[in-house]
Amino acid sequence: MQLNYRKRIIPVLLLHQGGLVKSKMFKNYTYVGDPINAVRIFNDKEVDEIIILDIDASKNHQAPNYSMISDLTGEAFMPLAYGGGISTLKQSEKLFYSGVEKVILNTVLQSNNGFILLSDISKRYGSQSVIASIDVKDSLFCKKKLYSHHNRKSITISILDYAKKCENAGAGEIFLNSVSRDGLYKGYDLELLHQVSDAVSIPVIICGGARTKQDFVEAENKGASAMAAGSMFVFKRPHNAVLISYDV
Amino acid sequence: MIAIINYGIGNLFSVQNMLKKAGEENVLITNDKEVISIADKLILPGVGHFDFGMKKLYDSNLIGVIEDKVIQQRVPILGICLGAQLFTKRSDEGNSTGLGWIDAETVRFDKNLLSSDCKIPHMGWNFVKSHKENPLFENMYNNPRFYFVHSYHFKMNDSYSIWLSAYYGYEFCAAFQRDNIFACQFHPEKSHKFGLRLMQNFVNL
Repeated sequence: MQLNYRKRIIPVLLLHQGGLVKSKMFKNYTYVGDPINAVRIFNDKEVDEIIILDIDASKNHQAPNYSMISDLTGEAFMPLAYGGGISTLKQSEKLFYSGVEKVILNTVLQSNNGFILLSDISKRYGSQSVIASIDVKDSLFCKKKLYSHHNRKSITISILDYAKKCENAGAGEIFLNSVSRDGLYKGYDLELLHQVSDAVSIPVIICGGARTKQDFVEAENKGASAMAAGSMFVFKRPHNAVLISYDV
Repeated sequence: MIAIINYGIGNLFSVQNMLKKAGEENVLITNDKEVISIADKLILPGVGHFDFGMKKLYDSNLIGVIEDKVIQQRVPILGICLGAQLFTKRSDEGNSTGLGWIDAETVRFDKNLLSSDCKIPHMGWNFVKSHKENPLFENMYNNPRFYFVHSYHFKMNDSYSIWLSAYYGYEFCAAFQRDNIFACQFHPEKSHKFGLRLMQNFVNL
């Protein structure tokens, strides 16, 4: 039997004001369509996995919208990960009961009890059920900083230390997202990916900048366990007309 | 009626959702002995730690009725992921004794045999190879692939029961079956048309 294990390629969908949007550098939202319809199409295309991020929830201090999430998981016959507004164990429990396989923590990890919550979810539901999301923004002189979507601010902290801290707290995967490449088709930040995937032993999902299949291959070679993309799967270039595709 | 056994562990909604898509309207997520005792088929799902799973199963006081259904009445049961591992005698993950319905153990992936890019857990889609005919694989699509998330896998002493194998660093048993007992390491409820076909076949058993 040949080695035929295939790495995951994951569409990322952003929820904003009840609709689906795509961002550029975490700003400039373009409306893409109805979330349920999009999940249904991705399901028909047999995507490996899907990531849904509610980009309003944490910013507006709102809990996850469980009824909408249940509608989405009801259409998803593949693993679905959800992030946005999760700040308690109870909320993650409700998400698992709504059919979510994995919860994604981001903003909460920058609060005092964030890593305790990460540990609690990992102990209760297993590390495979929790993903730590790390947003990275390039700054002057190519220094990379942790970015807080919630405050719209960069935080000076070692990304590698932060990633290791997430692993030690019990994260099953790292979702590594480049703000500076988001929606710009510049390719993944392979250098950062290489450093992070070397620093941790858990799977790293790379996101931000994907434009072609070749980017997936290069990311695999730099240690990615899964490759995520937004624009590439919801727009048709060169004019960025909305068209959902999954040509992998 | 298919009873999805709710012993407080695992994503039950997804299993129920897939069974409905497979055409079974009569699905109950339950921890009620009476309901389980009248079920035509059982599903034991589960995600998490082996000892925690066994403890939850003991605490639920359901082992008696489940064994009566499976061992005495020979009602079909499908174990998924941890639920399937609980069918074995023991696990490297803990100290608890498993249900022991099959002469098999649950062992940790042998890191010495994995290349450096094979991270643990084995998480993602993988192809499977059939080792024997199985009613749940009737009319299965070509090149079947399934979604896996696990750090431990079955080690079969009873090689006759090996149903499917997969390759991750080395070949391991991905599913076993003996008589009315079906056990999948992967998640059919999250495996698109391949999982749907498997579940349809389970519904139609």
